Amino acid sequence: MSERHLSFTLNGERREANADPRMHLADFLRHGLGLTGTHVGCEHGVCGACTVIVDGAPVRSCLMLAVQVDGCTVETVEGLAKGGELSPLQQAFANHHGLQCGFCTPGMLMTLEAFLRVTPSPTEQDVRIAISGNTCRCTGYQGIVEAALTTTAAKGSRP
Amino acid sequence: MSARYFGAAVTRVEDPRLLTGRGRYVDDMEFPGLLHAAFVRANVAHGRIRSVDTSDARGMPGVVAIYTMADFASIAQGPMPPMAPHPLLPTPITYHPLAVEEVRHVGEAIAIVLAADRARAEDAAAAVMLDIEELPAVADAVLAAKAGAPRADSRRPSNIAATMKAGFADCGAVFANADHVLTESFDIHRGGCHSMECRGVVASVDPHSDVLTLSTSSQSPYMVRRHLASYLNRDESQLHVMTPDVGGGFGPKANVYPEEFAVALAALKTGRPVKWIEDRQEHFVATTQQRGQVWTLDVAFDNDGRMRAIRGHCVHDNGAYAPYGLILPATALASFPGPYALEALDLTVDVVLTNLVPTSPVRGACRPNAAFVLERLADRIARHLGIDRDEVRRRSFVRAEQMPYLTGMKARDGSPISYDSGDYIAALDLVLDKVDAAGFEARRAAAAERGKLLGLGIASCVEDTGLGPFEGASVRVTPAGKVIVSTGASSQGQGHRTAFAQIAADALGVELNDVTVETADTAKFPLGISTIASRIAVTAGSSVELAAQKVRAKAIAFASHKLEVSEEDLELEGGAVRVKGVAGLNVSLSEIARTLAGNAGMGLPGGMDPDLAATAYFNSTALTFAYGANACEVEIDPETGDVRVVRYVVVHDCGKLINPLIVDGQIRGGVVHGIGNALFERMIHDEAGQPLTTTYADYFLPLASEMPSIEVHHIETPSPRNPIGVKGAGEGGTIPAAACVISAVEDALGADAPFIHLHPISPQQVMKWIEASGSQSQEVAGTP
Repeated sequence: MSERHLSFTLNGERREANADPRMHLADFLRHGLGLTGTHVGCEHGVCGACTVIVDGAPVRSCLMLAVQVDGCTVETVEGLAKGGELSPLQQAFANHHGLQCGFCTPGMLMTLEAFLRVTPSPTEQDVRIAISGNTCRCTGYQGIVEAALTTTAAKGSRP
Repeated sequence: MSARYFGAAVTRVEDPRLLTGRGRYVDDMEFPGLLHAAFVRANVAHGRIRSVDTSDARGMPGVVAIYTMADFASIAQGPMPPMAPHPLLPTPITYHPLAVEEVRHVGEAIAIVLAADRARAEDAAAAVMLDIEELPAVADAVLAAKAGAPRADSRRPSNIAATMKAGFADCGAVFANADHVLTESFDIHRGGCHSMECRGVVASVDPHSDVLTLSTSSQSPYMVRRHLASYLNRDESQLHVMTPDVGGGFGPKANVYPEEFAVALAALKTGRPVKWIEDRQEHFVATTQQRGQVWTLDVAFDNDGRMRAIRGHCVHDNGAYAPYGLILPATALASFPGPYALEALDLTVDVVLTNLVPTSPVRGACRPNAAFVLERLADRIARHLGIDRDEVRRRSFVRAEQMPYLTGMKARDGSPISYDSGDYIAALDLVLDKVDAAGFEARRAAAAERGKLLGLGIASCVEDTGLGPFEGASVRVTPAGKVIVSTGASSQGQGHRTAFAQIAADALGVELNDVTVETADTAKFPLGISTIASRIAVTAGSSVELAAQKVRAKAIAFASHKLEVSEEDLELEGGAVRVKGVAGLNVSLSEIARTLAGNAGMGLPGGMDPDLAATAYFNSTALTFAYGANACEVEIDPETGDVRVVRYVVVHDCGKLINPLIVDGQIRGGVVHGIGNALFERMIHDEAGQPLTTTYADYFLPLASEMPSIEVHHIETPSPRNPIGVKGAGEGGTIPAAACVISAVEDALGADAPFIHLHPISPQQVMKWIEASGSQSQEVAGTP
């Protein structure tokens, strides 16, 4: 299999890399680029642990081929904290105990990051539906939901 | 010393790393020359291996080697050692690292493929040709227990691997003079586990020292070391096992697995590092599962609702192997009599082999099963007598003034079980108050106006926690004045680093971020057992306290000598030993540690031993009993049979809380696991033992959109059985949850609906029961 050349933006930086045509985006990020913050939980697109943001939309990186991000803008969990400071959503996860083992966490964060950009004033039910494609076995979801709602409240965007 | 951190809801020290993608799980580890493993697995539930043809696969691109068990004969052979030997299993029922001659469940590993990357390893695994002569399989434990059933294991004369008994006093006498006797049967589904990180292991051999190192996603790294060392005939010093970040455990990762052995053997054989990362489909067929049991029980009770005695029988679905001995069925028996002050008990469990993945403890082990049958029986008695469900419990529970209460049962070591403390009736009263049981009928009527059926459920439990004998800890102050806590207890997300740091920081008067906690690395701490059975807060937490107090005493002795001040006048604060009430007169921990680290030719002050450090092993000699009372409300749509849990309230007593944030998280996650058991999670196999639900499209895990917010209230009755007064909290959420939800569903369906004997329940079943109650039928709800 001959590798393909890719050119894309990753967490704000231009990147050039090669990837096997059959390699999925999660494996490419993790093992091709060494960004192991994106996790692989089911490899069939249900658990959501591998969620990253591509051109502003949350995607399952286990269901997308690496070659498909050629020319795209990709955001991963590694890009959320700026200047060593946790993002408001990350800090809210810590404050509300929205993570335990941390394995689903990057996918949860990226799903909510994309969701809150387009839904700045969600209800609790909105948040629960937004993360209904992300499975967490530890928390029972409550801390995650509270974290998302607090983040929107802190931004002053909730009524 | 004042408790500044113990008891406070401090945010976790683990979180910043995990939130920023800097966690380090086993698949995040890279090694030069790494080989990736994929397993060739059995595609039938029972069969004799005729041949494994690797000729096509060996020549595929990137393939380095393909091994079966025979290829490892020069290194090791034979079945794996049992993790928990039991006299009832004189011949252990354990796997070979790779199957030899016979396979006994779909998914059993037969060969290991090593390749330059995982995709190529999987390609080659798919090209290995298996010739397996299919043998009759048995996938149902009740059928397997019958005479003439196909044998799950051709070597054994019967599928009944063991028959276990437990009980006390004379059931016959109590049943003879009780006012009432009822008989009920219960069918509890096996279910899966599903930590979000599957299993994984990487093994490498240091060519200079010959030390074999395993990084494994495990709850029991020290058990991996112990049993692998024994299998390889290596000294434990030649085996280094550690766990990196682990993405959830919940029980199955406490086992020592064939894949861990096979990967180690492959690393020894090739001399190269070998990594295997389980994928989700493998997890469905090769990671141990939950707790399938069928119970038939008689219960004796009086006119006032007092439950007096229980006798009966259980068929326990063990699966094809017993890597963990009889621990799982033993937890079912050990959970009786729960919160009930029974006069007599007589139980028998047949542990039955089936051609399915083995079962082993998953969050609560079989304690949720015991809670389910006990709570269902309490509800059944209430229904029979026409009294309130809580009245049956009030009249039957062990009372606070009976503590410590000898239940009549015996612990694993034969000692009598005694509940240490608690007030089960107070917990029930509190949960009924918090859920506003008094206002429930008005809410039910309001729901009926909307065309919905609302039901209230209750369930209580007692949980044995703090299982001995120990997890140890060492506490050491570095010359920089930082504190290093080290323990063998592995962590899978429970926040051990935070909780242990809280304990040590209080004892030594330092800030939380001055403490670093190292866990589960055999090179850093000599002994460990397992993170199981809600035991780590009690065992390791107490050891951290004892070790930190020794360090504290040593620091005070040092300062007393140096400052010529009596020890009573000294305190630890701000990283120094200070003279009480005298500003500026102090000795820093840093200085003490530096001095006790020694200087050539200089004696240590006061003849003290070197190093500002101590190790402690708290000896947990008696279990400590957490308990809880739960109440929930479910809303049923009578048009669809859909059940929604709309409210869930927990009252829980796990003694002193080290960190309420963490404890609440444990409880909530546990409850959701139990709601999954009650309503969603169904691991289906056909009659031939083929699994039919091997994706998350088929196997339903609880999702945020279906889960309620869970209200948690604590009663803090300090345990008298350890120095920090704690009890375990890891499983108390799960244990009563399925019973509570089913109680609510039955209540919603009304007095004429069938008694519910099983879980999980489906919307289709709920529709049948609604129809049955509409026709005033008393048919028994049982078959799916």
